[in-house]
Amino acid sequence: MDKDSNRFTFIFSSIMVVVVAILLSVAAISLAPFQAKNVRIEKMENILSTVGIVAQNDEAEKLFDEHIVHQVVLDVDGQPTTADVAAFEIDLKKELDKARTGKASSQLFPLFVCKKQADTFYIIPVRGKGLWGPIWGYVALESDMNTIYGASFGHDKETPGLGAEIDTPAFEKQFSGKKLFNDKGEYVSVETVKGGAAPANPHAVDAVSGATITSDGVSEMLNRTFTSYLAYFKTKRTGADQLARSN
Amino acid sequence: MSTTIEKKPPSEPKTSFFSARHKKLLGDPLNDNNPITVQVLGICSALAVTVKMAPSIVMAIAVVVVCAFSNLAISLIRNIIPNRIRIIVQLTIVATLVILVDQVLKAFVYDVSKQLSVFVGLIITNCIIMGRLEAFAMANKPWPAFIDGVGNGVGYGIILVMVSAAREFFGSGELMGYRVVPQALYDTGYFNNGLMIMPPMALITVGIIIWIQRSRNRKLIEDK
Repeated sequence: MDKDSNRFTFIFSSIMVVVVAILLSVAAISLAPFQAKNVRIEKMENILSTVGIVAQNDEAEKLFDEHIVHQVVLDVDGQPTTADVAAFEIDLKKELDKARTGKASSQLFPLFVCKKQADTFYIIPVRGKGLWGPIWGYVALESDMNTIYGASFGHDKETPGLGAEIDTPAFEKQFSGKKLFNDKGEYVSVETVKGGAAPANPHAVDAVSGATITSDGVSEMLNRTFTSYLAYFKTKRTGADQLARSN
Repeated sequence: MSTTIEKKPPSEPKTSFFSARHKKLLGDPLNDNNPITVQVLGICSALAVTVKMAPSIVMAIAVVVVCAFSNLAISLIRNIIPNRIRIIVQLTIVATLVILVDQVLKAFVYDVSKQLSVFVGLIITNCIIMGRLEAFAMANKPWPAFIDGVGNGVGYGIILVMVSAAREFFGSGELMGYRVVPQALYDTGYFNNGLMIMPPMALITVGIIIWIQRSRNRKLIEDK
């Protein structure tokens, strides 16, 4: 057959497409478990990094089991549920989608309780919108449910040098020691402030210059997420409040 | 930036696996016909992934694999590729290989694949690969085409590794992530050169490599 005829060109390209498709599907399916494991390990590393535990690839699973003593799943009222999903397996994206599709009442909020030496930390996953795509992160609170111990952020495709700076230690470090509640016990969250936050302000950090939308996204993400946990914080904070009043 | 079609002499006797011609195919791209320093192809990825040595070595291996196997595949089917869609066929094969490499990296060296991010995908557009397919694989038998692919991939990789070694050493004081500049030197007032981490220094480093290579290799000096 003439290899430059239309018929042969069609036959050739059809066969090529089928062969390539089969090859790629086989590869994608057979490699999927390995890739999923890497994503899990990365998530564990990110969670642990908020409390200052650095895990190398192989140790992440071991350290995670060792330090994360509790995985709590909260319902919309901030009450621990008996839902038979582990907090680690909850896909935050799906939970947030529920709010948009009118199923907000069935939202679940994961929480990790971490023990490091004598201290207990509460690690909350957060997820929001940046400029080009999703941003996410983990925030570790101290046992007073007020002071942020550490935070780690990630992003999908924020602009390098601008929005992408949110996952650098320089940005993340600012959150340590910031407070969610003011002296009167009212919730104020932590905001990113353009042009630099006053160092003494316990509720503000410097926004990333030139990345207004990503920075605002971080503020929105933190404020919205913590709001969902307020009821739970309250149950844990009653003890702390009484202590503060008696002083 | 031009490549000429290297036609095989019609009456070449049967050659062994590593004949002089094959050695030349393998050796030429390393020096006399280096894809980066002589043909000046594939520059953009060379600039982008050379901050640290580890990712550039992975990138180099990825390009060698893609270049060699796409050359091999195209050469195997070169006689039945319809002429009018040959570029699309080449592109499909390169894209398939690149996706495979990307998937394998994601599965087994996740950290590195995150650092290389989009640049593995961009191997598809690396002019070296398409250039070799058009210029060599379409007109040669599978084994020479495979060797040619390895040669060009390695030629690209060598430059990548050289540039990244220089940038990591001067920019971070490390090689392969291990500290090599002693602390004592920092104590006496030595600083890492922050500019080395920036992309422009990659271009300047490549330029210096081209300069050194041209001054040593007489064949590359152009007639006035």
